[in-house]
Amino acid sequence: MIIASRLLTHVGKLPPMVQQLGCINRGLKVSVVGSVGGIGQPLSLLLKLNPDIEKLSLYDIKNTTGVGVDLSHINTRASVCPFEGKDGLKKAMDKADIVVVPAGLPRKPGMKREDLVDVNATVACEVAVAASEVCPGAMLAFITNPINVIVPIVATILKAKGTYDPNRLFGVTSLDVVRAQTFVADILNSNPQKVNIPVIGGHTGRTILPILSQCDPPFNGTVKEREELIKHIQNAGTEVVNAKDGLGSATLSMAFAASHFINALIRGIKGSKDQCVVECAYVESDVTEAQFFATPLVLGPQGIEQNTGLPELDDEERKALDFMLPILKESIEKGIKIGEDMMNSCV
Amino acid sequence: MFLLTSLKSQTKVAAWRVVVRTLKVAVVGAGGGIGQPLSLLLRRCPGIDELALHDLTEMKGIAADLSHVSQTGNVVGFTGEQELEPAVSGADVVVVAAGMPRLPGMQRDHLMAANGNVAVKVATAVSNASPGALLAFITNPVNMIVPTAAEVLRAHGTFDPRRLFGITTLDVVRSKKFIGDSMNISPDEVNIPVIGGHAGITILPLISQCQPRYRRDLQEIQKLTNRIQEAGTEVVNAKAGKGSATLSMAYAAATFVDSLLRAIGGQEELVECAFVASELTDAPFFASPLNLGKDGIKRYMPLPQMSDYEKEALEKLLPILRQNADEGVNFARTFLSGQSRAPVPAALPLTTN
Repeated sequence: MIIASRLLTHVGKLPPMVQQLGCINRGLKVSVVGSVGGIGQPLSLLLKLNPDIEKLSLYDIKNTTGVGVDLSHINTRASVCPFEGKDGLKKAMDKADIVVVPAGLPRKPGMKREDLVDVNATVACEVAVAASEVCPGAMLAFITNPINVIVPIVATILKAKGTYDPNRLFGVTSLDVVRAQTFVADILNSNPQKVNIPVIGGHTGRTILPILSQCDPPFNGTVKEREELIKHIQNAGTEVVNAKDGLGSATLSMAFAASHFINALIRGIKGSKDQCVVECAYVESDVTEAQFFATPLVLGPQGIEQNTGLPELDDEERKALDFMLPILKESIEKGIKIGEDMMNSCV
Repeated sequence: MFLLTSLKSQTKVAAWRVVVRTLKVAVVGAGGGIGQPLSLLLRRCPGIDELALHDLTEMKGIAADLSHVSQTGNVVGFTGEQELEPAVSGADVVVVAAGMPRLPGMQRDHLMAANGNVAVKVATAVSNASPGALLAFITNPVNMIVPTAAEVLRAHGTFDPRRLFGITTLDVVRSKKFIGDSMNISPDEVNIPVIGGHAGITILPLISQCQPRYRRDLQEIQKLTNRIQEAGTEVVNAKAGKGSATLSMAYAAATFVDSLLRAIGGQEELVECAFVASELTDAPFFASPLNLGKDGIKRYMPLPQMSDYEKEALEKLLPILRQNADEGVNFARTFLSGQSRAPVPAALPLTTN
């Protein structure tokens, strides 16, 4: 897991490392929305292996029963409850502690993540409305692309419903961190699990900012090597879309990264005695002038315990940040507008 | 969960030469409904230096996807029949998830017609390119597929009964789950041997040997046994034509492969049930608890004690296993002698959405 010791230099006051207030000792309920899809199935499998989950509820528009019965045979703690169809979503999410949403369409070659917004915005809206009704205190973690737009959509709807908690709404960007770890480790010939690097900003193209200057172990490549590495991390998603040649986007690595993030949320909820749980995710934030922005976050029983803020940036990274902020802000505005429009249609 | 001891401790470095031991695992059928989640679970294991993923359909996308997972080792995709040998070449473990799954109402013979040639082709490739590999089949019907593979390996002079397995771990997983649920304890804490074969009544969970003790009357035991035996069909029916168990099968297979890898790495006292060439009964292939070692089976554990009900069930299943073995061997001999085969039914579409 990401032991972000260097990142802790940016954290102001940490809560004492003893049982934190509000920690939950019981088993948790996690709902997977879109559990039959290419990400949803392997993600549900990985979550089924988490011993802190007591109830794993699965939702999709159809074929959930088969996946549910399949998973239910695995000899781990979680009971598996499949739901499908129109009324299934609210039943699946009822009283969930965490809702993770891989539902929606993936990219095809030539598409940008933004091209998905029309179709996938409906998914976001339906989940936001259902969450407000049946699990208003849940942590919501969205995988559905384009994250940069989807999270603002959800926030807008939750705000209108009066159930918004900015500490409990996340766009999952862990795959960018995973890729950064893997690619850096390849170059340094080291173990990716031992690479710590913050990846901030957003979750598409040049809004993804891997902060190589803060990489541990240090990355000491040439300027050209740095540029190539950053491009590789930023375009890794497209690399997989092209390699899959129309058959989808990253599924298995996304399931891996998302389960890592959900496991971290769970460790945060349960209260970690010995170490801080720190993960990057795309959240509402006043760290920059963009209303939503990914930075390393200390996670606790109430979701975000503390936003560690911007890591130290070198000049190139500052430039990259300045370049991408307008792009991100445009996506956020788009998301907020869609959210406002949808309030009237998707109830 | 996957705490594979690093094999680097096996590397012997002398002043005058460096011997590097790399661990390679090959997944045949890595693009399918079982193959993909299985490959993901294996990719999460530390210590696998090369994970080779083979399928008939294009693998470069799945390989690229999995290569991004933050774990040591390389992921390489291999596509098409001509790349099967390169895929398994030098592998320590070859796990085979390729083939058609069962559909509702499907007869076993139909499945064998489709999947028997998977066994032949993989066994041939392993004979040529990685004869020392531990070869583990998921492909159904296991009761016939393993004898088919054995016969092909024999024909090539590379058959080692210690190194050929039919994976039956899912029956153990299901037994633990159903018993754990019934006793209201964590399914993780249940230990139970499952012997025999991997279809219907050839699956024999030895509930009398369950730890902790399963104290129910005979009727309950029969019901539970029946549920374990029919659990595969339970999933096939729940999936209503979209396939058979994939995620639970991936989990079970990954658990078994993990045990094989630990055994290769030198861990002692590892015991797994699997369907293997065996002299424990008069069925030539039989699943029972096996002590695993560096070369596969180190020791066949003696058959556990059985209740009268279980002894009776064993007597009923042995003739079926003997017949399955004959059918498997005959399939191989027919294939190897080049005679014509029944037409192969069309495969299921790749996606299960």
